[in-house]
Amino acid sequence: MSPLLTLTDVRKSFGGVRALAGVDLELHRGSITALLGENGAGKSTLVKILSGVHQPDSGSIYLEGARTRVPTPVAARDLGIGVVHQECLVFDHLTVAENLFVNAHPGRLGLVDWKTLNTRAAAVLHELGADFGADTAVASLSIAQKHVVQIARALVNESRVLILDEPTASLSKRECAELFRIARQLRDQGCALLFITHRFEEIFELADRYAVFRDGASVGAGPLAETSRDELIRLMVGRPVEQLFPKQDSTPGETLLQVEGLGRAGEFEDVSFTLRRGEILGIYGLVGAGRSELAQVLFGAERAHTGHVTGHADIALVPEDRQGQGSILPFSIAANIALTNLAALAPRGWIRARQENELARQWMEKLSIKAQEPTQPVQSLSGGNQQKVVLAKWLARKPAVLILDEPTKGIDVGAKAAVHAVTSEFAAAGNGVILISSELPEVIAMSDRVLVMRRGRLRGEFTRVEATSENLLRAASDA
Amino acid sequence: MNLAPLKRWESMLALVLVFEFVLFSTISPYFLDVDTLSDATFNFTERALVALPLALLIIAGEIDISVAGIIALASVAMGLAAEQGAGTATLATIGLGTGLAAGCVNGLLVTVGRVPSIVATIGTMTLFRGAAYAVLGDRVLKNYPESFAQFGQGYLVGPISIELALFVVFAGIYALFLHRTRWGRAVFAIGANPVATRFAGIPVDRYRFALFALTGLASGLAAVLLTSRLGSTRPSIAQGWELEIISIVILGGVSVWGGKGSILGVVLAALVFGLITFGLGLMNIPGIVMSIFTGALLILVVAVPALVRKR
Amino acid sequence: MKPYRKWSETSRRDFHLAVLTLTLFLAVAAKFPAFAAPAHLAGLLDDTAILIMLALGQMLVILVRGIDLSMAANLALCGMLAALFNRAYPGAGVLPVLALALGAGTLLGALNGILVWKLKLPPIVVTLGTMSIFRGVIYLLSGGAWVNENEMTRDFVDFTRVQFLGLSVLSWFAVVFALASIFEMRHTRLARNLYAAGGNPEAAAYSGIDPGRMQFVAYVVAGAIAGLCGYLWVSRFAVAYTDIALGFELQVIAACLIGGVAIAGGAGSAVGVLLGCLFLGIIRSSLPLVGISAFWQMFINGVVIVVAVLLSARQRRHARSILEAR
Repeated sequence: MSPLLTLTDVRKSFGGVRALAGVDLELHRGSITALLGENGAGKSTLVKILSGVHQPDSGSIYLEGARTRVPTPVAARDLGIGVVHQECLVFDHLTVAENLFVNAHPGRLGLVDWKTLNTRAAAVLHELGADFGADTAVASLSIAQKHVVQIARALVNESRVLILDEPTASLSKRECAELFRIARQLRDQGCALLFITHRFEEIFELADRYAVFRDGASVGAGPLAETSRDELIRLMVGRPVEQLFPKQDSTPGETLLQVEGLGRAGEFEDVSFTLRRGEILGIYGLVGAGRSELAQVLFGAERAHTGHVTGHADIALVPEDRQGQGSILPFSIAANIALTNLAALAPRGWIRARQENELARQWMEKLSIKAQEPTQPVQSLSGGNQQKVVLAKWLARKPAVLILDEPTKGIDVGAKAAVHAVTSEFAAAGNGVILISSELPEVIAMSDRVLVMRRGRLRGEFTRVEATSENLLRAASDA
Repeated sequence: MNLAPLKRWESMLALVLVFEFVLFSTISPYFLDVDTLSDATFNFTERALVALPLALLIIAGEIDISVAGIIALASVAMGLAAEQGAGTATLATIGLGTGLAAGCVNGLLVTVGRVPSIVATIGTMTLFRGAAYAVLGDRVLKNYPESFAQFGQGYLVGPISIELALFVVFAGIYALFLHRTRWGRAVFAIGANPVATRFAGIPVDRYRFALFALTGLASGLAAVLLTSRLGSTRPSIAQGWELEIISIVILGGVSVWGGKGSILGVVLAALVFGLITFGLGLMNIPGIVMSIFTGALLILVVAVPALVRKR
Repeated sequence: MKPYRKWSETSRRDFHLAVLTLTLFLAVAAKFPAFAAPAHLAGLLDDTAILIMLALGQMLVILVRGIDLSMAANLALCGMLAALFNRAYPGAGVLPVLALALGAGTLLGALNGILVWKLKLPPIVVTLGTMSIFRGVIYLLSGGAWVNENEMTRDFVDFTRVQFLGLSVLSWFAVVFALASIFEMRHTRLARNLYAAGGNPEAAAYSGIDPGRMQFVAYVVAGAIAGLCGYLWVSRFAVAYTDIALGFELQVIAACLIGGVAIAGGAGSAVGVLLGCLFLGIIRSSLPLVGISAFWQMFINGVVIVVAVLLSARQRRHARSILEAR
């Protein structure tokens, strides 16, 4: 039977960054296809193209054999493509029933036929076996239930293709089971589902087909029965490790930080580890594992609810959101670097432009930041150079501990190597580094030890020898 | 920091200023008289003194619509104290103190109450001016001691009034503070990206509170000067000034989105504004017609960049 | 947490406000029985009628994450236009006057709407600007002079005062309008889309709703209401001059805030706004009875606003940029 939806050689670039380098995808009726790939492999770009937010630069989309375009989100809805977004695009202030029919209310002459609306909503919810009523306020629902609302909305729109974008990120086991039950029900009704996830046990539990993206290209697809977990991992990760900058050897020294039983309600709990001088401690995990939240608590941006941290180290954090949290885009390179070093640059208050620019130039050279002048605004730089600026502003402070949260996400290979080099050097100089990353080759190559987090808890600690892709992935996704 | 576009704006303002001079001196032979010009300054000095800290506040991403209400409240406080026989020094202290206290109320509402500053200051504006009306009704307070008039009506040297001197001094202080010190830099950062600034270790809420308090204090100062110049207090004192002061700030090139602006721009805008008001007064055009210009100008100032961006 | 019925939250809030308003009313009526006399109540409604209509218009604007500070100036300008027209064409009757006021108000509202929608200018700046422009234009049109009662035609002035089943025409305007609003906000697709656009503009865009266009619609409607009320005001008070309704926009916003309209957009009920207006109206009406001069009105409004926003902020804990256009 021919596929319901076919994508052929779809390409998409943003500015200079290539998100999709020519992907192919087939979705079949009555089947659940799992889409796998590391961060930056192109999955979310694909979802945005299918849901009408972005237009592909080239390539074709075929729906039921006919060439189609998806110019807007409404067009996607009309074509029968539904999406369950990770960030729950629902209306908190409205009821569930109304959420299902936004801008599509039944009724004549511009009036809303509430009776029909509520009845149809209740019917859909009943069909899905939802555990809440149609007149419930969405604000009071859990994330899992909001996902169900999104699915219900797709059903109301008679979607034939349903995309589930990392829906299980914050769900409990029971909620996952419920979600899967609904997914299977839709599959049995002839829907084509695309299930995006990192978690292997979920893939094998739910899906019957697979597709793997890597670096914006399709590297494998087919029936799930014809492959294995190891094969999938190989497809996802298949990069030679030597591409990364080799880590400098270092002998760990005295303890810098001792973390005991650290926890923050709803985010992570009972995290304990030590960090020593000269050491790079990797923290690996999937979305929702609680690593960024842990980083923010260690840094001091948020407070822990339980446990404590001993050690008087000056801690710096290069946050995951480099544009929102890490730097001030309209500010110049020099101003950004100066922001964390105001006390040192201007001890009695006066900022001297020359000193500020000098400091910036030093770091621009050290990190090979490609820019004309230190007075250039950071937003004019490439992602890699922006990240270097964020690094510079913290390194200039000479902290004892540097926490890096996904430092090389979405930046080019050259910049990546530079970031790795600086990190190694920093650690080798007798400081401590905590490297949070979901990119296996990076974590494996850079870390002296690796901690694995899953659903807010520490699941394993691996020495450099023990830290293989298989071990880490398994620890991050095993029940 | 990219200063080029701002410099263009200030150059434009300077041009407008020159244009005004030419225009008005052609229309009226009295215009270029030193004494006339000195009189003209009273049209903007009090407003400009409040515009300075308000500019900092808007650069930091907040707003304060209650400034005129604070002026009214401070003036009433002083008037009542004067009726009780308080001396000039006490009166000035009361005026400043009332302003500071009012500013702190705003600051608390925003930083502790977490009320958005627009709504908070709409509330306090009504509260402060309402208090002025409630206390005074339709009375007028006039029993100010003679020496009190010195603030608003006195001259430092020659044609330079005390008000003008104060403005020049404060403008200088604010300019240095905002553009040359690390605290000024923090103000810009808070407006440009409060999250990243917090991550950089800067106590964002403390800055916000301080800026609201400062704006209140400046409003208190303006109240002292204005009351002293008028010699009386009505509850309607400084009515509509919040719009004019905000217009001066935005005309001065301060971005409504925060994170951008310059003191020089605000100073030039104050001069432009004051001269227009004075010039229109010379031509016997009533203030309310002036407000058409102010309103249109306010919209133009934000519309032009938006139109340019669209292209 | 067990999911709860949506209407509980809004209805509960409205219910609390209704109880509060009723209690206030009863407290005053207990002390001053004349307060509850039908004639007095009719007068109270008459006094509050324009506030009710304006507040319902402002509610639409706030719902879509906007604000309209130019409402009172719009009212004044359209009122002056109506009076001037009436003076120039006394034989034309009331209908053309109504049409003129309504039309002018709509255009003025559309001006606000276009600037916010197409140029994405911050509503606070736009409406501060148009507020002073409108006021200034009144002066230009009237030359600063007043239009007095003796310059107005009989039917111009009497229109709002005609009694019908115990209430004035003005009151009936408010009653009909309030009922229509309550119905409309609940039962029309357009209104429901307004709620969606204000509640989550991103999600709304996904469903094909243009949040900017919704803002435009809200401003146009608010402007139309302000225009109409311009004539009603001038007719009721039988005078037109530059400063009528000066500062009234603050009372309107206060009524909305008390009525539970969220400043962050997306939430609020017509019933709540109505109650908010009645609450303020009762306070204003009872002041002279209690011996508090009318000069305390503004201060009390201020206290009410501050308390309302503090409570609202505690609930929402949203930080909203002062000047976001969307």
